[in-house]
Amino acid sequence: MDLQGIWFFLWGFLWAVFFMTDGFDFGIGILYPFIGKTKLEKRLMINSIGPLWNGNEVWLITAGGVTFAAFPLAYSVMFSSLYSGLMLILFALILRGVAFEFRGKVDKKSWRNIWDICIFVGSLVPALLFGIIFANIFKGFPIDRAGVFQGSFFDLLNLYGLLGGLLFLLLFLFHGSLWLSIKTDGELHERAISTAVRIWPLLLISAVLFLGASWFYTKLYDNYLARPALFLDILLTVAALFASIFFIKRKNLFKAWFSSSIIIVGSVFFGIIGLYPNIIPSVISPDFSITAYNASSSPLTLKIMLVVVIIFIPAVIAYQAWAYNLFKGKVTEKDLSYDEAY
Amino acid sequence: MDVVMLSRLQFATAAMFHFLFVPLTLGLSIMIAIMETRYVRTGDKIYLSMTKFWGKIFLINFGLGIVTGITLEFQFGTNWSRYSAFVGDIFGALLAIEASAAFFLESTLIGVWVFGWRKLSPKAHAAVMWLIAGASTLSAVWIIIANSWMQHPVGYILRNGRAELADFSAVVFQKFAFLQFFHTISAAYIVSAFFVMGVSAYHILRKQNVEFFSKSFKMALIFGLIFSLFIVIEGDFHGSDVSEKQPAKLAAMESLWETTRKAPVYLFAFPDEENEKNIIEIGAIPGLLSFLAYKDVNAEVKGLKDFPKDERPPVFITSMAFKSMVGLGLYFVLITIYGWFRRNRLSESRLYLKIMLFSVPLPYIATELGWVMAEVGRQPWIVYGIMKTSDAVSPIASSQVLVSLTAFILVYGLLGIAGFYLIIKNAKKNPVL
Repeated sequence: MDLQGIWFFLWGFLWAVFFMTDGFDFGIGILYPFIGKTKLEKRLMINSIGPLWNGNEVWLITAGGVTFAAFPLAYSVMFSSLYSGLMLILFALILRGVAFEFRGKVDKKSWRNIWDICIFVGSLVPALLFGIIFANIFKGFPIDRAGVFQGSFFDLLNLYGLLGGLLFLLLFLFHGSLWLSIKTDGELHERAISTAVRIWPLLLISAVLFLGASWFYTKLYDNYLARPALFLDILLTVAALFASIFFIKRKNLFKAWFSSSIIIVGSVFFGIIGLYPNIIPSVISPDFSITAYNASSSPLTLKIMLVVVIIFIPAVIAYQAWAYNLFKGKVTEKDLSYDEAY
Repeated sequence: MDVVMLSRLQFATAAMFHFLFVPLTLGLSIMIAIMETRYVRTGDKIYLSMTKFWGKIFLINFGLGIVTGITLEFQFGTNWSRYSAFVGDIFGALLAIEASAAFFLESTLIGVWVFGWRKLSPKAHAAVMWLIAGASTLSAVWIIIANSWMQHPVGYILRNGRAELADFSAVVFQKFAFLQFFHTISAAYIVSAFFVMGVSAYHILRKQNVEFFSKSFKMALIFGLIFSLFIVIEGDFHGSDVSEKQPAKLAAMESLWETTRKAPVYLFAFPDEENEKNIIEIGAIPGLLSFLAYKDVNAEVKGLKDFPKDERPPVFITSMAFKSMVGLGLYFVLITIYGWFRRNRLSESRLYLKIMLFSVPLPYIATELGWVMAEVGRQPWIVYGIMKTSDAVSPIASSQVLVSLTAFILVYGLLGIAGFYLIIKNAKKNPVL
């Protein structure tokens, strides 16, 4: 595979890892007002992701940065086309991050209520919008010869886009409830499990709908039909979906969460594989599509950046794995008694 | 207003708000690392309390710095898409390196530091803070390299309708970046030093925990003194470098209209850009500008009139920002030298402590002014000499930017209030000894 091809899949990989890691943070943030019944349970929920969410969010910065570095034209067209949507995501992420930090710093109910809303909205908006945005990327943008987006934010809210939003929402809810079940015990733990069990059939339906709709709304399957071996990605994702419910029933929650990680990565790659070599297909004319080849940086930059990511991305994965391992185990009331807890 | 102006205002709002928090992160992380190391070495609990007290403030500040940084990276794409397509080969790569080599480390480790008190040995815990400080500094290095490339583009070749990378090491190791980095990092240390001194002064004035806060004050004073002195010397080199590489900016900084030998520095000058002259000129020191720029009192300095009108930066903002920054910088030197002689009699020097308490905002203002000068003074270029700001903007509707700019002002305004409320609240608290 050539440089551009390698970068195309690296690009997809970084986005997939972002959704896999920050995805459960989003899920917990959305479940937060519904599952966290008491003040204590609410705190257990945010402390279950407390040490990790910050590092998870950096996958977004890196995915964005790599889009900029490897495919400047794609970055330029994508980000300016999605202006309003991305601004909403940014504000949501700002409020979510600040809310974690600020919530516990003043012991007043009204103060906490403000930040509780920010945690919920700040998790829901990115979950939905990233789904809507990625479905629209799979479908293609109405971009003209100059790469100018001929439409508005509301054009993103088409049926396929909304199906994508729903799918991402359910993926993250499932992922988040499984993480929560790993990190808690008692009633909250049981509630987290039953939530995951209830979300599962919805996730299955929405995944089937999305796969079906992709046939009609996108050209993703062209690559699969050309190389049927690629259907393995879909098979693996569906297998992980069934494995997850199997592991939940067996009370093997870590394996269930791991399966749900595979579902997320597999779902993102379903689109990435289908897109190749397009990064943003144009629905106006295929000639206007932004591809890994017409949008890429110079070979020199691609090579230098390849060295950078080959050194640093494994290092990041290693020290993040170390951090995850350091904070394994359940969050208990005792943990919340310490000064530094959220 | 058009998309260009609105986008400039939006970027300025986002960048300046972000930079309210960055300097304290850079400086305080090192001071806290020193405190925690002393605790580990000596076992003296007072250093642990110091670590925790300043650590709490650090974290609120750090959180705000992180969340406001994300918007900057994204705005290059949302608002400056033509710029992004033009420079992504170089500028985008620098940002991506910053994210993967530095930002990842500090963001991952901050969680470890906060929640890891009982999971790590004291030594390892202190080491984590050193790594956070190191990663934050490295982060600053890459961002400054990227900004320096906009100020003084090197190592590129114009090909395929864009600036492509020709020489990576020329970009990374250019003199402009070195000077700008040391300038920015020293400024950050001064902000942090004055912050710690101001908060400590508050407590010493109230005669509470005097030992604790005298220790903090002295530590910050050393920091503040060293870097206030250093930045003046360094600033001189930086200024000379700017005069060589961005002569129009230099002329605007000093509001010098005519090309002259023995060019003066005015203590105060009020420019009238319409009529290309200064309305007020007070306290001319002949030859000083020539000397500062070229180390020769007789050197010729190019005046603004010798630059085409559409290649001159806004003179009023650039010169006012520059002069106020320099004035504040000199004040920091004097007040920290004075403090050095008073360092062992702090509790008796009530007036000095009061001055230091009210001096906390000044280094913040100075750093913001520095950025204003650097960025406004670069206009009308977004990449000096090769791309104009007006050609860099996205093909988007001004109404979109107007809405997002309003949202930025509102959200950041409220966050700023909440953030500083929390920082002040925690700064006023008594440390847990």
